Amino acid sequence: MTDHSNPSMRSPLGRAKGLGSSRSGVSHWWMQRLTAMGMVPLVLYCLIGFLCFADASEAAARAWIAQPFNSVALILLLGTGFYHAALGLQVVIEDYISSESRRILMLAFMKMLMTAFAAFSIYSVLLITLTNGA
Amino acid sequence: MSAKRPLSPHLMIYRPQLTSMMSITHRLTGVALGLGSLFFVWWLVALAHGGTYYDFVRGIAEHALGRLVLLGFFVAVSYHLANGIRHLFWDFGIGLSLQGVYRGGYAVLCVAALATLGGIYMLFLG
Repeated sequence: MTDHSNPSMRSPLGRAKGLGSSRSGVSHWWMQRLTAMGMVPLVLYCLIGFLCFADASEAAARAWIAQPFNSVALILLLGTGFYHAALGLQVVIEDYISSESRRILMLAFMKMLMTAFAAFSIYSVLLITLTNGA
Repeated sequence: MSAKRPLSPHLMIYRPQLTSMMSITHRLTGVALGLGSLFFVWWLVALAHGGTYYDFVRGIAEHALGRLVLLGFFVAVSYHLANGIRHLFWDFGIGLSLQGVYRGGYAVLCVAALATLGGIYMLFLG
């Protein structure tokens, strides 16, 4: 049975699942670039901001993070950064770990680790921002 | 898998080139930053906790070994950022000629070298 309304070579099931031969299509590649572009201004802003209170005293660090624009920039950087890191580490694991069971375990562990890093760091920024001066 | 089937040439057979070395360095710095961000997360958690625990973590960061880790992190960020921008230009089709790839490579190395000098000045001499 030929469906002439579907000029694509992909089967209806394949299309429905959104999976090509690469298993996840182009979204991984695209998100890696998109997060990279987003991180360029965020990294520069936060890095320069941090370097400006290089004495690293608790009060100075808290005061910088607690400024609304700074805390939002930092939270955006942490969210995008750990997502970008998970995408990058995924490619490295997929390239070098040939045993499928070990690869799946390492991918799961790495994603949990990056999620935990993001959760701990973003929660800390929120806590610093909301308790500063209180 | 049969050992008799033709294999692609092993990577180590090639003479190391600027392009290939910078490519693997991009990957290495990426992995180092992803895993090394644990230190940054630790610092943020300590700052949120505050008080003597922050002083303890700050003491580790300001120790000679801590400063060395910070320098490595700073250099890795600078390299990965600059080379990442080089990659984004390539994605737009810019600088993909042999000459462009080498020019961009030298520009990235200049940024990384400046960041290293700046980092050494800030962390060890400033």
